[in-house]
Amino acid sequence: MKYVVQMGIIAGISFAGELLYMLLPLPVPASVYGLLLLFALLMLKVIKLEQIQETADFFLLIMPILFISPSVSLITSMDLMKGNILAIILMTFLSTIVVTIVTGLVSQCIICRKKKRKE
Amino acid sequence: MKMINEILKDSVYFGVAISVFAYWIGCFCKKKWNYPVLNPLLISMLLIIPVLLIFHIDYETYDYGAKYITYFLTPATVCLAVPLYRQVQVLKENITAVIAGTVCGCLAHAGIIVGVAILLKVDQPLVYSFLPKSVTTPIALGICNEIQGISAITVIGVVVAGITGAVLGPTILKLIGVTEPAAQGLALGTASHAVGTSKAIEMGEVQAAMSSLAIVVTGIMTVILVPVVVNLLSM
Repeated sequence: MKYVVQMGIIAGISFAGELLYMLLPLPVPASVYGLLLLFALLMLKVIKLEQIQETADFFLLIMPILFISPSVSLITSMDLMKGNILAIILMTFLSTIVVTIVTGLVSQCIICRKKKRKE
Repeated sequence: MKMINEILKDSVYFGVAISVFAYWIGCFCKKKWNYPVLNPLLISMLLIIPVLLIFHIDYETYDYGAKYITYFLTPATVCLAVPLYRQVQVLKENITAVIAGTVCGCLAHAGIIVGVAILLKVDQPLVYSFLPKSVTTPIALGICNEIQGISAITVIGVVVAGITGAVLGPTILKLIGVTEPAAQGLALGTASHAVGTSKAIEMGEVQAAMSSLAIVVTGIMTVILVPVVVNLLSM
């Protein structure tokens, strides 16, 4: 019974996310509308964490399995990858390294400034 | 060999079974050796693709069943609200640092992708597929569908971003002198989502909380930013 309620809430919010996606002309995925909606409902205490916790944690735990099929579809786009090896290497590795540096420095700068102000 | 494809063409559970089984092997390897490179998703992909190629099974035959697993993507993404809610106190305390850090990170990410694309004249579908790749896979796939990228390339991009960040992240942060635990967590979560967070968990509690928070915030920022970049590019 507990899991039926939990599944029901999550399915209902997913559906509401889809409706928002159909109604609003923004390029926001239905799932992200659902995420924001669930977060808002949790913050407003309309839904309590205990009412969705176990099922939510289960979904979060098995999540990578949901991406196996999209990742295997790589075999259908091999040709596009072949011609752009250098660009792919730069785009993947360089961008991750730069983001780590930028986010690390920016947030450290702000945190340190806040600490100084407190002193 | 052609016969195998004919037999499996109408099977729903072939795709489901091979996916879950491959993931189980992936998890086993990860647990046994615990290197970030042994990503269960990456291992599953590297196990399934050769099987399909060797036995001449079409991707469509595999996906006939496997696509049903992916149907759970929307509810799973919705559930990301739960870790965000659990860290809401940390979010409130560090709101400026979180917003500024993730926004600058997202801008830097888009900048590098677009910069490399212009310099090397990369094909447009490839650029679109890589633009959402620093965020967690469910959100990245959602964005990828919105801007008509290729989901396989986005997923690979996300996995590689995760592994790169988890392997190199801590060393990079040390080299540039980022010693503040909260900043370390934010950097790992923004650049390499959940895989980076698994490293952040090893570094400490503050790093772990900030990193899991950064996953969702970066996801939302990227949802806003990527369509803007795509519009600019197509002008």
